[in-house]
Amino acid sequence: MVKVFGQFLLFLQSMLVRTERVKVIWNRTLDEAVLIGIDSIFIVSIVSAFIGAVTCVQIAYNLINPLIPKSTIGYMVREMTILELAPTITSIVLAGKVGSSIAGGLGTMRITEQIDALEVMGINSSNYLVLPRILGSIITFPLLVILAMVLSILGGYLAGTLSGAMTAQEYVEGIRDTFIPYNIVFALIKSVVFAFLVSAISAYRGYFTEGGALEVGASSTTAVTHSIIAILIGDFVLAYTLL
Amino acid sequence: MIEIHNIHKSFGDAPILKGVTCTFETGKCNLVLGGSGTGKSVLLKCIVGLLKPDIGSITFDGTVFTNNKIEIRQEIRKQIGMLFQASALFDSMNVFENVEFPLRMLTPDMSRAERRDRVEFCLKRVGLEAAGNKMPSELSGGMKKRVGIARAIAPNCTYLFCDEPNSGLDPLTSIKIDELIYEITHEYNITTVIITHDMNSVVEIGDHIVYLHKGQKLWDGTKDEILNAQVPELKEFIFSSSLVRAAKRIEMEGGSLEEIRQEPSKDI
Ligand SMILES: Nc1ncnc2c1ncn2[C@@H]1O[C@H](COP(=O)(O)OP(=O)(O)O)[C@@H](O)[C@H]1O
Ligand SMILES: [Mg+2]
Repeated sequence: MVKVFGQFLLFLQSMLVRTERVKVIWNRTLDEAVLIGIDSIFIVSIVSAFIGAVTCVQIAYNLINPLIPKSTIGYMVREMTILELAPTITSIVLAGKVGSSIAGGLGTMRITEQIDALEVMGINSSNYLVLPRILGSIITFPLLVILAMVLSILGGYLAGTLSGAMTAQEYVEGIRDTFIPYNIVFALIKSVVFAFLVSAISAYRGYFTEGGALEVGASSTTAVTHSIIAILIGDFVLAYTLL
Repeated sequence: MIEIHNIHKSFGDAPILKGVTCTFETGKCNLVLGGSGTGKSVLLKCIVGLLKPDIGSITFDGTVFTNNKIEIRQEIRKQIGMLFQASALFDSMNVFENVEFPLRMLTPDMSRAERRDRVEFCLKRVGLEAAGNKMPSELSGGMKKRVGIARAIAPNCTYLFCDEPNSGLDPLTSIKIDELIYEITHEYNITTVIITHDMNSVVEIGDHIVYLHKGQKLWDGTKDEILNAQVPELKEFIFSSSLVRAAKRIEMEGGSLEEIRQEPSKDI
């Protein structure tokens, strides 16, 4: 365990020494960011809209005390999605989507000797292949999380008003009630940390794949499981330290 | 000239290379011959710096490569072209971009037009001028090897390494790939090292042959000498090929190989 962690740190370090030209890395980063973004918009949208809807319906179902105003539903949907659901659930979804594609892509490049081909040319392969994927994730995850927040709240609105749990006005009132901007900052910090964890862990698993096609599949699977565990631990640590 | 001196390499406690010493000559096709699992690929990876030998040194035209300063190693690496066993083309790029890639990365001051000319020249040289827009997944095995060769020679390499260039190819395509490597080597005076277990290649293009057995060099010499080599392991290896047995018989009966061999046609 300690050995793996040490190897992981060395891997991250190797990515930063002997770097390629900034322009090359930056262009690669943008390519990766576009790829990750476009690849994930659909699934993130679906998941977050439904989570918002389900959260709203369930809160409404539990809120039977007539003394509590209906606007509380909107307030709670907002708090839950911004603080926890949007950043964490989105990152877990992305761990499945982006993590497996990073690990699978790098694993394939490893076993087909494409990584060796880069090294023989004198190119620092981890710098050229991994750094752009990590930076691309760090750019894209927060954007997707913002999208998820908006869609969750929208999903809650639609579910709440269509099911008649509360009026549109009550929901909006709740959404605007005692808004703390720091919560958004906190969510974005979370998404950046999760982006790093998912992309770095998956890249590590993929980059050091040994064997054949079967092992590439295994690398992808471990990449996803490890990323999700890291997200959950990171979530707890961040909530503990920053809130 | 590449000089290999006393290379040892183990993985865990399994010794793979046990003191290999040999030289690869400039402007020649140097073959490393040996059975599967004898450490040929490991030797090649040590030479190009993908693996670090435990003991021993490698010298490229007088410049020490092993354990030297990173800048010097990088300089040598830029002169190395390599054709991998499964071609190792970048599958996110088309053929043109694959060949252009080392130029873009290694010679940033080259203009776009110069790069395009060079890529077109290299693709033409390997007979693939029409395939620039194809993706690697659309190519046959032989075409992939050709693209691999074009990519290796694009930055004007001084040293060319090929790991089993004709594995997975039919005999005719194999010969054509061998001939292409042979011609390029002599045309541009490249120091070429080819790993093979194919006796056809030995007879066709073996300017200088090093025989590797269980991590040790047992013999080296030219293709004309190999049929008369007196090393038992090598004899067993080469005469396991019925073609070689036939060749030997013809030679002993006073005939010549050239009579039975037809020139293959030049197209792909
Ligand atoms: N990275 C590695 N780790 C452990 N063992 C290896 C590694 N690479 C090669 N080997 C072992 O070294 C031996 C020689 O392999 P190789 O050089 O690929 O043979 P070949 O002569 O067929 O190219 C094999 O037994 C292989 O299992
Ligand atoms: Mg091999």
